[in-house]
Amino acid sequence: MASINFNINGKDQSIDVDPQMPLLWAIRDVVGLKGTKYGCGVAQCGACTVHLNGEAVRSCVTRVGRANGQKIMTIEGLSENNNHPLQLAWQEIDVPQCGYCHSGQIMSAAVLLRENPNPTDQDIDNAMAGNICRCGTYLRIRKAIHLAAGGMQQKVGKNE
Amino acid sequence: MTVSRRNFLKVSGLTGAVLSLGFYSPTNAEEAEIIKAVEADSFGIEMNAWVHIDTSGKVTIFSHRAEMGQGVYQAIPQMVAEELEVNLDEVNIVFAKGDNKKYGNQITGGSSTVRGSYKNLLNLGATARTMLIQAAANKWSVAPTECYAQGGHVYHRPSGKQFHYGELVIDASKLETPKNVVLKKRSDYKLIGKPLPRQDTKLKTNGTATFGLDKEIPGMLYAMVVRNPRLRGKVKSFDDTAARKIPGVKHVVKTRMGVFSTYREGVAVVADSIWTAMQAKKVLKVEWDDSGFEHLSTADIYKRQAEALQTQEGLPFKQQGDASAIIAQASKKIDVVYETPYQYHSCMEPLNCVAHYQDGKLEIWGPIQAPEWVQDYISKEMNIPRDKVIVNMTFLGGGFGRKAFMDYPHEASVISKEIGAPVQVVWTREDDATQGPYRPGISYRCEGVVVNGEISAFKVKLAGQNNSHWRGGGKDKPNGSASEGFLKPYFDSIKNLSIQDVPFETPIPTMWWRSVYASTNGFAYESFLDELAIEAGKDPLAFRKDYLKEERLHQLIDKMEEVSGWKSRKKNEGYGTAITECFGSTVGQVVKVSRNTEGKLKIDHVWAVMDCGWYVNPDTIKAQVEGCIVMGLGAATMHQVTFQDGIPVDKNFYSYQLPRITDIPPIDIHIMENDADAGGVGEPGLPAFAPALTNAIFDLTGKRIRKLPFSLASV
Repeated sequence: MASINFNINGKDQSIDVDPQMPLLWAIRDVVGLKGTKYGCGVAQCGACTVHLNGEAVRSCVTRVGRANGQKIMTIEGLSENNNHPLQLAWQEIDVPQCGYCHSGQIMSAAVLLRENPNPTDQDIDNAMAGNICRCGTYLRIRKAIHLAAGGMQQKVGKNE
Repeated sequence: MTVSRRNFLKVSGLTGAVLSLGFYSPTNAEEAEIIKAVEADSFGIEMNAWVHIDTSGKVTIFSHRAEMGQGVYQAIPQMVAEELEVNLDEVNIVFAKGDNKKYGNQITGGSSTVRGSYKNLLNLGATARTMLIQAAANKWSVAPTECYAQGGHVYHRPSGKQFHYGELVIDASKLETPKNVVLKKRSDYKLIGKPLPRQDTKLKTNGTATFGLDKEIPGMLYAMVVRNPRLRGKVKSFDDTAARKIPGVKHVVKTRMGVFSTYREGVAVVADSIWTAMQAKKVLKVEWDDSGFEHLSTADIYKRQAEALQTQEGLPFKQQGDASAIIAQASKKIDVVYETPYQYHSCMEPLNCVAHYQDGKLEIWGPIQAPEWVQDYISKEMNIPRDKVIVNMTFLGGGFGRKAFMDYPHEASVISKEIGAPVQVVWTREDDATQGPYRPGISYRCEGVVVNGEISAFKVKLAGQNNSHWRGGGKDKPNGSASEGFLKPYFDSIKNLSIQDVPFETPIPTMWWRSVYASTNGFAYESFLDELAIEAGKDPLAFRKDYLKEERLHQLIDKMEEVSGWKSRKKNEGYGTAITECFGSTVGQVVKVSRNTEGKLKIDHVWAVMDCGWYVNPDTIKAQVEGCIVMGLGAATMHQVTFQDGIPVDKNFYSYQLPRITDIPPIDIHIMENDADAGGVGEPGLPAFAPALTNAIFDLTGKRIRKLPFSLASV
């Protein structure tokens, strides 16, 4: 066991854990933020994606020890009122079905948009290929990212 | 479950002063009677409340169905709010607990939520509205015909006077429940038929939706189970010395769970956290007894299925005319075998369940599609009275049929009872992928004769594990779903037709997987039809139209032709089509393929036309069909469950590859407009995709694909 200190969603926190523990379980079961999901445990599905110092990481294979002294952001910290442009776009387009993977999808997309404010379809595909959605909402994910980027020239709607 | 109405209201955060109506239809939803909750109490009927309106005007609906992504969370309020004349944002939805005495069939499966209960839901809303209007009319001493309801108010048309629903609920609750209330006309709908936003989306964009794995109750421990990777192996012995030395490990117990009539054994490590349990699992030593299953291989199963199809006639499912004799005498015939793989549901949320056994009572929380099956099964298995087994549904991170099974809640319950504490059992992805039950892999022998451009004989034999045998179904009967997916009007137009089921058993437990047998049958039947059309020298879509003598299907085909540009396509340009039926809805798909500049095959476009009759929300339907096509793409071209030496080969997503955003072609979906009975929405979009794709590949390349999955890169 070791004392690990980090800043999570803007708050400093100290936890006493095995530094080998994956960040995923530290976030979910020690800090108590359940929005970050377990999907595969081997960095294949992206459901556990969080930001570590602004970079998207798969928290299921990131040891919590690595986060010592660092900044973590989870889906709960992405915006104050569920109003990050991506969250609003997700709501506008009704992207989720079961919803389980979308914390990870949105966290991956947030890094993409910060790095590339007006991505092409190809840019989106490249950035989002690590996130599986078993319900198959991919076309809507792509559309929502464009909407959030403000890059779509025509109105994006559910009726077309 | 004997939760009193008072308790039920308390649990759901409702006040007592409400208009509370439900319908009671334990066996036949068509004949449901709308009753007041207070009457249900006094008649001793278990309360069946579906909609409550309290004195503030707040409307709460109890959903007896699970939300696993298919939009129940939105469709049920949309239907009730329409007839009740309230705004959707004034409606809350609460998931009811599992209890089939109260709700009748609560299984979320068979795409049945809307199609099974929509008339009752509309009636429920209309009955409440009629009572509120009557209550207002009484207060004003006017005729109810002078009043109307809108936006949660009743208005008196001549005077413009109004009451909020909340002001009327006490009076309304004292009225007789009216019979034969008038439903709104489709043309007057404000909510139904509109692409309204789902009510659960916000919860699913900020991490606040509570899935099974997110459920916590006070004092809860975490269990992970060391499972035999080999199918159905028993625990011979285990050594937990090292596991017990890990701080935080509380118990190590042998456990078991029911899988149909068999039991699967494992050793559960119970700890203060999931991570601790995972560590203890690594050092737990288990010796297994694998006898009987150590040689099981799917390669062998397919070999035996193929042999059975060549050497045996099957149990007749449908026989008309004399297909076998015509085939035997034909100088030229088609005689081909189609193969479909075993499939794993691969829900994004691995299986998990919380159980708390205490003083002879059991309460369960989890991602559960079939709460009352869980209640029934566990009550019998663990000898606990039904009313002492309470099943709570959380959000489901995918279901696709897998979460309509009792094994994981049973396992959690057994462990909780054994250790005397509340526990959450958490399956790893590897557990989830390797334990089944799976969709059965079925082989089909298709024989046909074409004479003068017409089908002279049509024969399909299938061999594969019948799901119903696992549930105790008779083995002397053919698979009752031997033609599921295939359009029934073909039976009227193909005179010499034989469909047979060659009995075949494997030790691999099987169950439904999204769209069930239509997902495998659809590929065989619709590919075979394509072969017959080519043999007849006919356009594949026009050929189908000739045999489908129903106006509704002709309209569907016309729409398919229109949206896909079918008639203006050029010869062998890479277009394929398929039409399948599933749970009361028909879906036709057209797929266009081409080769890119490097000669690699690519899917250019998918067009799907859905005829699901009367429908609620077109956006939900489009989302479901999109999802079905993506799932169909994975099943056709990426993944399958195979066994070697009794062990599933693929254990996680690095080898069991699922479709990703980079794999998805453009998809256009069209919905037919008619007032026919509502069909299913969550599954019918899946079966037509694979055959439409492989038929398109044949059109482009002349290569007929008869075995799934296949790699697009290898074509």
